Parts: sequence; C-alpha cells; structure tokens
Amino acid sequence: MVRKSTLFFAFLTTVVLALGLALGEARLRVRGELPYLRQEVMVVKTLQLTDLCLATEARHTRHPSQADWHSAFQSHPAALDHFPSGSIIPPPENVRRGYGPQAP
Amino acid sequence: MIELSQVRKVFHAGRPNEHVAVAGVSLTLEAGRLTVFRGPSGSGKTTLLSLIGCMTRPTSGRIFLQGREITSLPLPFLTDLRRRTFGFIFQQFHLLAKVSVLENVMLPAYPLGESYSALKSRALSWLERLGLAAKAAAKVEWLSGGEAQRVAIARALINGPQVLIADEPTAHLDSHLSQEFMALMADFKTAGTTILIASHDPLVHEAVAVDRVVDLRDGRLVSPESRIC
Amino acid sequence: MARRLHKQRYLLDFALSSLWRRKGKNLALLGVYSLLVFVLASVLFFTQALKREAALVLAASPELIVQKLAAGRHDLIPAAYAERLREIRGVSRVSGRLWGYYYDARVRANYTVMAPEEVAVPEQAVLVGAGIARGRHLSRGSTLTFQGYDGTPRAFQVRGVLSPESELLTADLVLMAAADVRRLFGLAEGLYTDLTVAVNNPREVATVAAKIQELLPDTRPILRDEIRRTYEAAFDWRAGILLSVFSGALLAFLIFAWDKAAGLSAEERREIGILKAMGWETGEVLQLKFWEGAVVSLTAFFMGTLAAYLHVFVAAAPLLAPVLQGWSVLYPRFRLTPFIGLFEVAILFFFTVVPYTAATIVPTWRAAGLEPDQVMRS
Ligand SMILES: Nc1ncnc2c1ncn2[C@@H]1O[C@H](COP(=O)(O)OP(=O)(O)OP(=O)(O)O)[C@@H](O)[C@H]1O
Ligand SMILES: [Mg+2]
Repeated sequence: MVRKSTLFFAFLTTVVLALGLALGEARLRVRGELPYLRQEVMVVKTLQLTDLCLATEARHTRHPSQADWHSAFQSHPAALDHFPSGSIIPPPENVRRGYGPQAP
Repeated sequence: MIELSQVRKVFHAGRPNEHVAVAGVSLTLEAGRLTVFRGPSGSGKTTLLSLIGCMTRPTSGRIFLQGREITSLPLPFLTDLRRRTFGFIFQQFHLLAKVSVLENVMLPAYPLGESYSALKSRALSWLERLGLAAKAAAKVEWLSGGEAQRVAIARALINGPQVLIADEPTAHLDSHLSQEFMALMADFKTAGTTILIASHDPLVHEAVAVDRVVDLRDGRLVSPESRIC
Repeated sequence: MARRLHKQRYLLDFALSSLWRRKGKNLALLGVYSLLVFVLASVLFFTQALKREAALVLAASPELIVQKLAAGRHDLIPAAYAERLREIRGVSRVSGRLWGYYYDARVRANYTVMAPEEVAVPEQAVLVGAGIARGRHLSRGSTLTFQGYDGTPRAFQVRGVLSPESELLTADLVLMAAADVRRLFGLAEGLYTDLTVAVNNPREVATVAAKIQELLPDTRPILRDEIRRTYEAAFDWRAGILLSVFSGALLAFLIFAWDKAAGLSAEERREIGILKAMGWETGEVLQLKFWEGAVVSLTAFFMGTLAAYLHVFVAAAPLLAPVLQGWSVLYPRFRLTPFIGLFEVAILFFFTVVPYTAATIVPTWRAAGLEPDQVMRS
C-alpha cells in the first residue's frame, strides 16, 4: 500500500516539472520568435503603421489614431471603445486638454 | 500514581444553570490496578475520568500524576503529557468513518512524528494481537460492534499509555463480548497498565480482574468503598 | 527536525484521506476550482502576451501623427502643412500618409488601403495582407477589382501577399501606388490622410505637440504613447469584461468553497472532536486543515495553469480569442508569442492558492478550539 502523501508528491513533482517545462518552452519560443518580431517592427517602421490589425470592423480599434472627435460613442482618440465605459471613464487628462496654449 | 485532592468541577459557574459535576473528590489510584467507577447517571463518572485524563481542568483542587502536579501545567505540556500517558476508549468508539482500520489506529501517533515504518508495524502488531490483522485495510463502517471496539482499543494503545481510560466500554456489547473485553483488560493489567473504567454494568464490576470499585453519587465519593482487594 | 517532517507528512497523509472520504464533493470542487484558474490564467496569459507584443512592435511606430480637423471632424491634410511642421525645432522628419478604408461587400470586411512611402508598388498592382488573400482566395497573379469612388470598377493585379509572419499588423492591408489610391478614392493631389512626425529627442514630443497645436490650430497631434495606452486600456477592459461575465461563476465557486470550508458540517465537527480527544492540539488540527486546503488549491492551480498554457499558447486560445481580440470579419491568424514568465505565474498563484487555503483554515479555528472532553459526551 503506497502512502497517499507519496502519490501526492509524485503528482506535485510531475505538475511542477510540467509547468517548468511550459515556462522553459515559453522562453525558447520568445527567443525563437525574435526574428519575426523584428520583422514586425520593420513592417511598422516602413509602412508607418500605428495600429494592430485585431478588429477590422471597429475603425477606432483598428486605427484609434483615426477617430473623429465628435462621433457617437467615440469622443476621443484615447477613449475606450465600449459603449458605457466611454461615457464613464474619460480619456487621459492631457488628451482632453490638448497641447496648445489655448487649452483651458 | 494518580492522586486527586479536593477536586471540583463546576459547569456554568456563577450562572443560573450552574452545575457541580464533581464536588470535592480526594482519591489515590495506584499504578497497575484496575479501578471501576460506579454510580447513577449524572453522578460525575465521565467528568471525573476526563479530569484524570487531562482532557479538562478542574475548577479547583489539584491532580498529581506520579507526584507531579498537573493541574497548573500550561496547555502544550498538558496535551503532550496526555497523549504519552493516557489511552482512551469511548462509549461510542468514535472511530473515523470511511478511513481504514489501520489509519484509525495510527491516528493518535501522528502528532508525535515517529518514523512511518515503526508506527505502522506497531499498529499492525496490535491489530494482530487483537485478532484484527485481516481487517487492517478494511473501512471502519464494515466492522461489527466487537471489532470496532477492538479497533478503538488498539487505537488507545498505540502510544503505549501507562493508563487506559474507558468510559462505559460495554454499553454497546452483548454479555459475551463484555466478558471478552474484561478479559483483555485483565491481560493489560497483568502487563502493568493502570486501568480506569466508568460503568453501570454489573458484568464489569463483578469481573475478577477488578481491584477496586469506587462509588460516586452527585459528584461525591460514597464511603466506605465497597471493595478493596 | 526529522520528527517535524514525519509529522507534517502524517498530517498530509491524513488530509488526503479526509479529502478522499468526501470525494464526490471534493472532486466537484476541484473541477470548478480548476476551471476558474484555467479561465483566469487564460485571460491573464492572452492579454499579457498581446499587450507585450503590441508594446514591443508599436514602439517603432511614428512618434506623432498630425490630423487636420474640419468642424471637429477628421479631414484631409494639405501637403503645405508638412512644410510648416518641418520648421519646428526638434522635428527631424515629416511625411504624408495616404490611406483609407475600403469596404468589400463580397466578404463584408473592411480593408485598409495604403500607399506606402518606402515600398515601391507599380501602378495597377497591389500587395495584399494574408487575411484578405484568405478571404478572397488570392495569390500572386490574381486580379482584385475595387469599385472606385465614382462607381467605376478598377482592376489590380496582385503582386504578392504580405508575409503571414506579420499578420497581426498587416492582415487587412492593401498596398498600392499613391496615384492609384488617389484615383480609387478621388483624393486631390496635394492632400494626405494625415502626417507623421519624427522627433529627434523623444523627451520633446509633448513640447513639439504643443508647438504644432499653436502653429496649426486646426490640427490635432496624437502621441504614440496615447495609442499605446489605448491598446492597454482596451485589452484590460476586455479582460475585465470577460472576468466580470465570469464573476457569476466566481461567485458560485466562492459560495461552494465557503460552504465546504466554512460551514463545517456536523460530521467534520465530530471528527475534529475525535482528533482533539485523541490528543491532537488545536494547532495540529489547523495544520491538517491547512494541508487539505493546500492540496485542493495546489492541484487546481497546477491543472488550471497548465491547461491555460496549452489553450492559449499551443491551441491559440480558441475559447477566448473572439472576446479578447474583439469582433472582426478578417481575423488575423497570428501565433501568440508566449510573453509569460514566473512573475505572471506567481501572481496567479497568489490570487488563487493563498485565498482558498486561508479560507479553509479560518473557519476551522473555532471548531479546533473545542474542549477535548466534549467528545466524551456524544
Ligand atoms: N459541559 C457540560 N456543561 C454542563 N453540564 C455538564 C457538562 N458536562 C457534564 N455536565 C453535567 O455534569 C453532570 C455529570 O455528568 P457526567 O457525564 O460526568 O455523568 P456520568 O456519571 O458520566 O453519567 P452517565 O452515567 O449518564 O454517563 C451531569 O449532570 C451533566 O449534565
Ligand atoms: Mg458518562
């Protein structure tokens, strides 16, 4: 009859090792993908991109830099694009203030 | 070996439901003897045994164990003393359900932290001596009443106690099993263990191994003591 | 020392026995708990990876973008504005970007049409992103027809598909010559969509932005930092939405765990009484409960975390991507770079294992303090 604690230690060792392996793999993969990341950086540089292509339908998500100042649900370039939040959480103060001396 | 001096135990002291369970008991219990406490229900037998077994502290009075005063010991020392000195057998056996017989027996030794192999072989040898070797891996709820009590006895003995305390041990046994129990107690007495039993059961009082019967009524000793061998 | 180890090992043994005794309930608890850790970990890993990648990659984007506003709305910006900007001290380069959105009714997706400055695309030819190539079944040599602003169809020859490695940035891009962009959208010569401004000293960006606003009051400068912050906020927000949707399950778990841990059943109370009567100290009963909690939460933590790693970084998060990424027609296919390490795992550990283990011990406190003689009266 094996002690239950022995079984649990065996289980724990296995999962700790597995997690260690996963983190190790993550590390290796980050290193392996550096060339691609560098390539992405090059793409951003040459095409002068400002945004990720995550949601192609919401233009203020695809291109937050391209938002209108006074359109529905989109009051600021840095405002959140989900309906209630945009009206509850203001965009950063400096964005609202603008940069010019005429700003209040 | 155990000496009680004017021991009182009052429950709910100072409140309307104040109750004096043990009212000034002075008593000397010698080592290696089998003593039975007898008395009507509510006379304080269980309370007295738990006072002797360091399960609870007296309201006043003092208890000495081998000449050492234990009533004022700090709790950790008291617990340590209790688990090394006393073994308990309860009326309801109080075994843990759905746990193997072996684990039930080993349970009181866990906090002492001895090596697993030593503890396990000791537990198995007790089970063997009590005729339960085949049941070591069985679950407690499959046992018969007599087997369950022998498991409880093995558990009480696992830490090698000098004193065995049994509260109404025969309440759930038929007369044959009760006699068997008393025979076992006689064996342990021969081996040098001090045995204290609380019981209404005449089978217990009348067993040949009994050295002394102490009568209790309303928390007091009834004098003179009925039998001293 | 050896005794202490032996003792803890015994306590662990017994904790496992105790858990196993109520295996139905405890396995259910473990399942819900693992699922909870799985969701938390998946959300954390996914958003973390995406945020880190966005931050890393977008660090190379232009420091400043200048848009023209007309009556408060975004308008095309004249090339002459670029000249004014170049005069500002600290500005090293200004260039006009020419780009826009094209809605393709056939796949119901928006493309981003762009005239790159540094990539030469011949006229009547395009380079397309891998997402579009997939959606329209395009390859080198195919023809892609767009409907111009005036309704006339314009055919383009596909000169190539942009590397799928950069799909996270380019899935919806159509690159064409500047003249073609102007013809397609009907944009007059000398007008750009916006201007990008490179600044010599990154610390002067805000000063330059202020100068721009002063010099050209009808423009709006947008800082790279703001875009980056928007991304972080959007991802955090989505993670937040997901977690709040999930908070129902979280609540259920808490109630379940509380019931299990806090509402000590009569049976458990009885067991604690027996242990106390057998000579266990209050502290030892608490240690036992600690082990019970630790076993459940460690198991759930490791199972949930490992499953989340597999889900997010091996299977590309099929269950989460639609919510965390946002809704889209052209989903970019990108592999998530696993930007996670011990720190993220430690955070998860802290927020899952510690509270549960604590929650199992605290309610035991009172029961563990039972007088050992109580057991003699039941
Ligand atoms: N925790 C308690 N609180 C209040 N009263 C108590 C408590 N424990 C015991 N008593 C009372 O003390 C008295 C003595 O109880 P005890 O259990 O010692 O009697 P007993 O001789 O063992 O009785 P029985 O033969 O029925 O087991 C009883 O009247 C009981 O109600
Ligand atoms: Mg009693």
